[in-house]
Amino acid sequence: MALIDLANPHRFLALARWLVPAFALLAAALLAVGLALGFRAPGDYQQGETVRIMYVHVPAAWLALGIYVLMSISALGTLVWRHPLADVAAKAAAPIGAAFCLICLLTGALWGRPMWGAYWVWDARLTSMLVLLLLYLGIIALWHAIEDPGQAGRAVAILTLVGVINIPIVKFSVDWWNTLHQPAAVFRLDGPTIHPALLTPLLVCALGFAALFLALHLAAMRNEIMRRRVRTMRILAAAETR
Amino acid sequence: MDLGPYGGFIVAAYAAAFVVLASLVLWVWIDHRAQSRALAALEGQGVTRRSSRTLAESAR
Repeated sequence: MALIDLANPHRFLALARWLVPAFALLAAALLAVGLALGFRAPGDYQQGETVRIMYVHVPAAWLALGIYVLMSISALGTLVWRHPLADVAAKAAAPIGAAFCLICLLTGALWGRPMWGAYWVWDARLTSMLVLLLLYLGIIALWHAIEDPGQAGRAVAILTLVGVINIPIVKFSVDWWNTLHQPAAVFRLDGPTIHPALLTPLLVCALGFAALFLALHLAAMRNEIMRRRVRTMRILAAAETR
Repeated sequence: MDLGPYGGFIVAAYAAAFVVLASLVLWVWIDHRAQSRALAALEGQGVTRRSSRTLAESAR
């Protein structure tokens, strides 16, 4: 099947029917293995046992950023190529991205209190992550503010592309400013600075959360296609009764 | 397993992540049921989409 075939919502629904449970099972298996490895790994020499918060905090942060990038690509798909599933993908991804962003902020606060002595500081990384959550919430609100899905999709696509400027700010905030948050430890030009005993479970958990995202995203896209079908059928039924 | 003096923060972090993810899964599932019911109800009333009609008419 060519990628362009997925532009047909009917074919997409048929594919999603078996991909959603497959990704859900993969996510459950990877998260079980990742967390088991993570809780058997030794504690960090400075942070002790609290380093175990990393196995949810870091994948949630990566996904919050990655999902926004995906929404930006979908926004281009809506505005430039007018792909029929582009705005469906963007709309379905927004609440999931917001949820991962919220998990990142909550777990970060619970990690920050014992390590920094504060749940929250107006540090560049934390503040830009909060801005990302507000962007997600604004995008979700805009989807609900405009009734016609086509018009809403174009307005949201513009807002999404404006907001993408925040992604490099989040990523490089720890390099550009003097922050309390630690610098990047995995995606570095000179390689990861985390010991393999901690890095392996982190990467397995990240793959698990990514599989969970794929399952949820495909399921939410399927719901959105069905919602649009319901809307079209209601409009047709109303037109016939006139 | 001994989670040390900050065990409460570790448990709270995992609990918070679980609650948010469980809510997300529940929302997707409830939404799927709602859309499936709405589609079934409309189809039960004999409402069809334009594309379905075109297919039915061309088959006649």
